[in-house]
Amino acid sequence: MAIKSNPAFLTSYRLYVALFFVFLAAPLLAAGVFAFNDSLFPSLPWRGFTLDWFFNDTEPKLGMFHDRRLLRGLYYSFVIATGVSLLSVFVGTCNAFLFVRCEFPAKDFLYIMMVLPLVIPGVILGISILLLASSVANGVEETLSLDLDFLRPGIVLVVLGQFSFITTITSLVIVARLKKFDQSMEEAAYNLGASRVRVLRTITLPFLFPAMAAAGIVAFLVSFENFNTTLFLVGSEAPLTITMYDRMVKVGSTPVLNAVSFFLMIGSALLALISILVQRDAPKT
Amino acid sequence: MSSTTENDLECIQVKKHFGSVRAVDDVSFEIPKGSFFSILGPSGCGKTTLMRMIAGFETPSSGDIRIKGNSVIGTPPNRRNVKMVFQHLALFPMMNVYENIAYGLRCAGASKDVIRTKVHDVLERISLPDVANREISQLSGGQKQRIAIARCMVLDPDVLLLDEPLGALDLKLREAMKIELKLLQHQFDTTFVYITHDQSEALVMSDNVAIMSEGKFVQIGTPQQLYHDPSAAFVAGFVGDTNRWAGKVTRLEGETVEVETGAGLAMRASIRGAGRPAPGDAVSVFVRPEFITATRSADAGTGQADNRIDGKIDSILFNGANSRVLVRDSAGELIEADVVLTGGPEDLKPNDAVTLAWSAAQTMSFAS
Amino acid sequence: MKQTDIKRLSLYLLFAPFALWIALLIILPHLGMLYISLREKVGPRVYEFGFENYINFFNEPIYWNTLLRTGSMSLLVTVLALLLGFPIAYYIAKIAGNRTRGALFLMCLIPLWVSDLIRAFGWILLLRETGVISSSLQWAGLIDTPIEFLYNDAAVIMGLVYTVILFMIVPLVSTLDGMDNSMIEAGYNLGGNGPTVLRRIIIPYAMPGIVAGCIVVFMLTAGSYLTPILLGGKNSSWFTEQIYDQFITRYNWEAGAAFGFLLLGFTSFVVWAGLRLTGQTLNSTVAKS
Repeated sequence: MAIKSNPAFLTSYRLYVALFFVFLAAPLLAAGVFAFNDSLFPSLPWRGFTLDWFFNDTEPKLGMFHDRRLLRGLYYSFVIATGVSLLSVFVGTCNAFLFVRCEFPAKDFLYIMMVLPLVIPGVILGISILLLASSVANGVEETLSLDLDFLRPGIVLVVLGQFSFITTITSLVIVARLKKFDQSMEEAAYNLGASRVRVLRTITLPFLFPAMAAAGIVAFLVSFENFNTTLFLVGSEAPLTITMYDRMVKVGSTPVLNAVSFFLMIGSALLALISILVQRDAPKT
Repeated sequence: MSSTTENDLECIQVKKHFGSVRAVDDVSFEIPKGSFFSILGPSGCGKTTLMRMIAGFETPSSGDIRIKGNSVIGTPPNRRNVKMVFQHLALFPMMNVYENIAYGLRCAGASKDVIRTKVHDVLERISLPDVANREISQLSGGQKQRIAIARCMVLDPDVLLLDEPLGALDLKLREAMKIELKLLQHQFDTTFVYITHDQSEALVMSDNVAIMSEGKFVQIGTPQQLYHDPSAAFVAGFVGDTNRWAGKVTRLEGETVEVETGAGLAMRASIRGAGRPAPGDAVSVFVRPEFITATRSADAGTGQADNRIDGKIDSILFNGANSRVLVRDSAGELIEADVVLTGGPEDLKPNDAVTLAWSAAQTMSFAS
Repeated sequence: MKQTDIKRLSLYLLFAPFALWIALLIILPHLGMLYISLREKVGPRVYEFGFENYINFFNEPIYWNTLLRTGSMSLLVTVLALLLGFPIAYYIAKIAGNRTRGALFLMCLIPLWVSDLIRAFGWILLLRETGVISSSLQWAGLIDTPIEFLYNDAAVIMGLVYTVILFMIVPLVSTLDGMDNSMIEAGYNLGGNGPTVLRRIIIPYAMPGIVAGCIVVFMLTAGSYLTPILLGGKNSSWFTEQIYDQFITRYNWEAGAAFGFLLLGFTSFVVWAGLRLTGQTLNSTVAKS
């Protein structure tokens, strides 16, 4: 303990910390618990425990696993998040090697450019990409009368939009790990007779793998929960957050949204836990 | 091809420039088969660059490096039969001991059976037969050291390079590893090239030592030669402990000079190094503490020593068999002398008046 | 030399994805947005170059009032997040025991991965007229009729603080964690009391973390969309709503682009001013956390 203070101060300090964590947990609890309330509205009073909002297959209590639109949203979210995390981990790994290993002009400036997308509001990223893609698509259609469908709002644009700032996150995570790499390990492998490709495959990438996996999971989660950027780029294949928002605005809150929330919270918590475990078990140099 | 195939490693006028910095400047040497060769120098003297050139991680600006008589300039590191033990060992943490040792054999495309036999054989030879399935993090410092050597030796290299591998160990273990390394070298009968800034490592283990300073080899010789017959003031000052004075020659007498130090002490010294000084020339004078005898002035009598100085004990540096006294002479400088402290009443004590005596032959004078 | 050829080739290969990403998805879209914001529709498919979209913004008080309101509320949220979050970060980094520290930090991280939407949804369930708090108070007999806690500025600010405070705590914990305890002890040892040690030693040391947290929090708040709408209702007047409105409802992309640029310019200016005032750089703060 760094500061020795009087016990009264310490007790009230502890109380504040405890209250803070109650504040943190309260809305999550509210969102989760009402998934199990046997009522048509997510509010008190408590009418008994039920799993209907997950598994029931008839209206009015249509459970989330039988709700076609929610399931489709889940599916699209999954496809988008997978695409974004694969793409952003790949580019993030390239960026890490670029900024840790290579020397080139204006490196500091370009590093700031790499960090920048993180501080651009997501709404702006969304509309700027929408504008550019639409302008290009319109231009191509007018001059070549060619319809570039992937430049219209839809899954490709959503992936690109999320990728544009999630890559910064993955790059920072992988850069940090690569900086810790003892380069004499590569030289040792080279010295023992390995080719450059073999060194990369057997030494460097296995060392980076925990960071790449963690970055991939983070990218997956951020993509899954993203709303602001996605909102402008979404076409007919709406991911889960957009579907939920639509439902919330049009139908109002229903316990099936609580069920989805509960499902997502458990899923994210598990994934986050895995990413922490992967990084903790990583061998130190 | 060269005729001198009895040499495992030869460097011929090797130079390396980084911009205008001459990291390695015209270094030539040859190492006969099966010997333990050390390169000793302060940090930043270019020894690591030299080693990296031998391993192939750097290309010399000019000159030639030959292994078993064949030039290896242009051969990439993974095609040279020179293996290297890195400063922090660079064992692969994601592999266990067996996989670490097998790594080089796998790269060479050896069959599974050959790999298994060779790995177990080399573990046997470093007397760690049971660690094959351990993780690297489970090994002690000394075991890691031996695994790093085994990982190289299993490939049967022509030359093994060692880049200060004992630096990270604590003192006790370092002492033990010095002996062990020497024994391992005998056992494998392979040429070891050992880089260090720690002179005791170099002196204890090596057949030959090269003293390196500012990119150049100052002297190559056996440890005894370097210690007792240094060719330059740098070597005399760098190898072993020594008292050092700067002074001027006052008189020449055969191989002996009389020198007056800056503080006004007069002493007789033997001429070492290149060239003969003339009266009035500036010189550096060195005497090792073990060649100076310190006796209580009352008991000293009038011995036949070339150099005698009276002084007073300033402090006693007790270190068992290597104990030493610091004596303040009449000029106010401190002189170190080795003494034997038995713990009895006749031991020297602070403030005792003592007479220091040493011979001119063991006093080395270099032109400066 | 062959070695240098390989190096050059790998530099180009590694540079290509970076360049494509930054050029095609960041720089070009923003230039495009700037270009579109600077043209005005004078007829169907006929455009003229000019500042009309920006002039419109300044002529219509409701627009720039919304921007100012968004900016000032974001600043308030940032300050609140810092004041509320700093003690928590300090507790996690310096006071909690080794084992609780990890658990608390984890508890801070898990809500980080829960969508804004779910968090806002949770608050709605707690705060609305038929919500948990209102009905609990009724049940306890403290109030007679249900109270609506939603759809006011306080709810918006609280919801925003809730959404962003973790982005303040996480960089603060990692900076404070790197601080040697003996520095604090030395401060006391040399005669400082609690407030002076906090002001002279802890806060200056934590400055990069504080600035990083504030930048991220401010950007997230000013750019947020869901929380103000869901907790503040349709009249929350958040600037991102105006942008959405121009784009999706009115289909006026030129004005929407101009609004987007104004938001970007405004937030960048605030971040730049913050960095200047605290003497930090983007590299020393955000890039590190």
